[in-house]
Amino acid sequence: MAKDSGIGAASKRREDVRFLSGSGKYTDDINLAGQAYACFLRSSVAHGRINAIDTAAATAMPGVVAILTAKDFEGAGGLPCGWCVTGKDGPMKEPKHPILAEGKVRHVGDPIAMVIADTKEQAQAAADAISVDIEELPAVIDMKAAIAGGPLVHEDIGTNLCYDWNFGSDKAETDAAFETAHHVTRLELTNNRLVPNAMEPRVAIGAYDRSTGEHTLYTTSQNPHVIRLLMGAFVLQIPEHKLRVVAPDVGGGFGSKIFHYAEEAACTLAAKLVNRPVKWTAERSESFVTDAHGRDHVSTIELALDAEGHFLALRTDTLANMGAYLSTFAPSVPTYLHGTLMAGNYATPLINVNVRAVFTNTVPVDAYRGAGRPEATFQLERVIDMAAREMGIDPVEIRRRNFIKPDQFPYQTPVALAYDTGNYHATMDKLVEIADIAGFAARKAESAARGKLRGLGIACYIEACGIAPSAVAGALGARAGLYESATVRVNATGSVTVLTGSHSHGQGHETTFPQVVAEMLGIDEGQVEVVHGDTGRIPFGMGTYGSRSIAVGGAALVRATEKIINKARKIAAHLMEAAEGDVEFANGTFSVKGTDKSVGWGDVCLTAYVPHNFPHETLEPGLEETAFYDPANFTFPAGAYAAEVEVDPDTGQVTLCSFAAADDFGNIINPMIVDGQVHGGIGQGVGQALLEHAVYDANGQLLSGSYMDYAMPRADDVPFYAVDHSCQTPCTHNPLGVKGCGEAGAIGTPPTIVNAVIDALADRGVKHIDMPLTPARVWAAMQG
Amino acid sequence: MYDFEFVKVGSLAEAVAALKAEGAQALGGGQTLIPTLKQRLAQPAKLVSLTGIAELVGVSASDGVLSVGGATTHAQVAREATAYPALAELASHIGDPAVRNRGTIGGSLANDDPAADYPAGVLGSGATVVTNAREIAADDFFRGLFETALEEGEIITAVRFPIPQKASYQRFAQPASRFALTGVFVAQYADGVRVAVTGASENGVFRWSDAEAALSSSFAPEAVDGLSVSPDGLIGDLHGTPEYRAHLVKVLTRRAVAAAG
Repeated sequence: MAKDSGIGAASKRREDVRFLSGSGKYTDDINLAGQAYACFLRSSVAHGRINAIDTAAATAMPGVVAILTAKDFEGAGGLPCGWCVTGKDGPMKEPKHPILAEGKVRHVGDPIAMVIADTKEQAQAAADAISVDIEELPAVIDMKAAIAGGPLVHEDIGTNLCYDWNFGSDKAETDAAFETAHHVTRLELTNNRLVPNAMEPRVAIGAYDRSTGEHTLYTTSQNPHVIRLLMGAFVLQIPEHKLRVVAPDVGGGFGSKIFHYAEEAACTLAAKLVNRPVKWTAERSESFVTDAHGRDHVSTIELALDAEGHFLALRTDTLANMGAYLSTFAPSVPTYLHGTLMAGNYATPLINVNVRAVFTNTVPVDAYRGAGRPEATFQLERVIDMAAREMGIDPVEIRRRNFIKPDQFPYQTPVALAYDTGNYHATMDKLVEIADIAGFAARKAESAARGKLRGLGIACYIEACGIAPSAVAGALGARAGLYESATVRVNATGSVTVLTGSHSHGQGHETTFPQVVAEMLGIDEGQVEVVHGDTGRIPFGMGTYGSRSIAVGGAALVRATEKIINKARKIAAHLMEAAEGDVEFANGTFSVKGTDKSVGWGDVCLTAYVPHNFPHETLEPGLEETAFYDPANFTFPAGAYAAEVEVDPDTGQVTLCSFAAADDFGNIINPMIVDGQVHGGIGQGVGQALLEHAVYDANGQLLSGSYMDYAMPRADDVPFYAVDHSCQTPCTHNPLGVKGCGEAGAIGTPPTIVNAVIDALADRGVKHIDMPLTPARVWAAMQG
Repeated sequence: MYDFEFVKVGSLAEAVAALKAEGAQALGGGQTLIPTLKQRLAQPAKLVSLTGIAELVGVSASDGVLSVGGATTHAQVAREATAYPALAELASHIGDPAVRNRGTIGGSLANDDPAADYPAGVLGSGATVVTNAREIAADDFFRGLFETALEEGEIITAVRFPIPQKASYQRFAQPASRFALTGVFVAQYADGVRVAVTGASENGVFRWSDAEAALSSSFAPEAVDGLSVSPDGLIGDLHGTPEYRAHLVKVLTRRAVAAAG
């Protein structure tokens, strides 16, 4: 029988009451007394030299408080990059990323001046009145052109190549395997650039208290402590104890709200300069040209096989777009999160990965749901599908033939990762069942009778979640540790406040974290409340991204709760005059082994705060514990996905008919929330595969800069999904046995859908189409 | 959005008078103009709202003609144009419910977006655009991208559609905006067939005369099989090449004929 509370229960998301009734408190809902409004004048050209900025007329306009340009931020540092990749020629090139443009603008949307006025409209009007003399320079947009002598985005580093990184098996050994292979499949492909499009645009409010010297930044962030550390220490030189960063309800991030953005630093500093709170709220059109974009890789991948279709070697060569500046974690995405994933679910003995990261006059590119893992999975699952077709092997069979076998775990890949556990055959078996693959031929015939071309696509994925092990991350270039924290504060009446370093911006932590604590303490979930998102309240933590919250933050929570139980056991032993070792704890009650003596949770908690006769030498009052958890390894969720599509041969329109996902997430805290996470990820994967594309013209103008041209998936673009997570190989190294599920759908879905479309069109000689598979592209491919 | 003066008038005469002011602009349902203002891409001194003029709202049919008031919303046309089902169907697929409940036929025609649906219905029906000053035949009304025969301050009061024997509008949606990437309106009248194409041409809505001739002699999908549309002058953008749009014109024409029965 399904549980109705605690770990494994489909508890309803308690946060939805306020989100769905319009009573969530987002950053833009915060308005401070005396607040002024900021508007940023942004570059309308992709590349140019700033000869002069004349703010005189604008400064005299009604309501204008101040207009700031780069010279007002001279004492501040650039926006730091949190990851240093070391390539073949040493550390990456790391050009300065100023808060406001210094001397040059490098992408459309680059901020030139900050106008602060009494109202938003006055700020906008004054921004329009600023006169900027910009000498437009030739822009470099295409990555190949950028590294082949194109205009330099940053003259001071003398190159557009950020790094050239080679990783994995020995290159010569890998190349040799290709020389003698029975079959080699080669594919060039593009992983399309995406705009993250969180429902809530970014907002920043800076405030300064002259009496205490304390700064406060309210911001739309997935990781307020990271922002406090980066902005305080590297940009504004504000001591951490004088800087509080608050990220209240956040309406979606998908990675784009991990990073430290210029507007945060500008509003924080400006609040002190003008001695008023300063608020900035992004317009949607601003989000398109300032939120860090995702993906944008161009790759060549080659797979060497023997006569039976066993994988012998894999090599890939990728160009990864960094955009105009290095966003906070940009260098890690094509390397640490991409190169390490190239083994996928397969026992390929030799894998060599090369990545060149390139500067262009475009918006910076950084982590977006999946971050590097979708790019790796897309390459791998496309080339496998192509190889299967070329060799006449069934796409399910070729994967099964090459899976890492259940008895091979723990499995050391040639690309650094060591998978602790998994059973890829089991998820594939489950997929074959829930997708009714046996019935495909009949459905294809039925589609054909209606003049439609039906295709079946299969893809598998592996994910490295729980972005953590500080030691591994540090060895690969991270400038931060990647643990997580939790404080469990038991109140005198027995209710519990959890203060977590994880941040919920849609994931449902306010529901799932209490499920864990309630299960461990034997109390009602409703007695547990979660506090997150405020550096003034929570312990130092690294926030939420990379599907890490339950695997790392949840593990920290377990550790802290274990400490609580240990402390409570001491109190119970004291109350029952028993030896601590004889006290057992179950279902919220402490009892003495072999006796009928017991004491309830409530009595223990109250006594902790009313310690009238505590032996203070050995027992402190209070019941509050903190734990930091740094895991031994990543977690490795994996799964197998199937999609069926119909292509209209007259128009090229692709209809997604069905989608099935068999995932192994290890143990599950709340199956309903896991379903929701998978659904959302698949939806974004459908967007990438069929609809979404950030397109620049040769001059660096973003052609798809609004929803008139940037196609987001809508409800009628997706079918009902068949999702299953009954295959469970619990993680071996965290206390909950959990793996993480937030990005799986976004990782596994694009290749599944593309494989399905290619399957539908295979008879017409179509071998590959780059995403998004728009009707026009599919039709053009059918014309040959 | 920049500041502007706003007036909502109760009669056509008041509207005509109000629009004589310097920098005044008519506001229908605002489904194009308001977003344009929000992006600060237009700066009218004064907006004159036409939606409160009772005489401009309504759908009626008599003597084989459907009349739609200039300030009638798409939603009302979708509900009430039962005498002309193909037109009701066209109106029911414009935008989304919010757009259909605000947007008006007069606003759509005056704006003449090259990807709007109504221009195909109006040109494909050989309708008459009635203004406060005159009557304009559909063939004379559309003058290119966002350009019509309307004079400064002229207000569309009604559109009169001759009701055809058979008709259908087939549209293929642009994936992002869901405007018509290409849309084709086919209408069969006693004296011949009209075929109007929206979304495809750099010059806005146009009639495909070769198809009209072929379908006038044989109203069957196959009648257009031997024809082709030149991609010259068709729109090429992120969402489709001129060749793709030319192809869609033919596909959608066939489908419209089939659907018209």
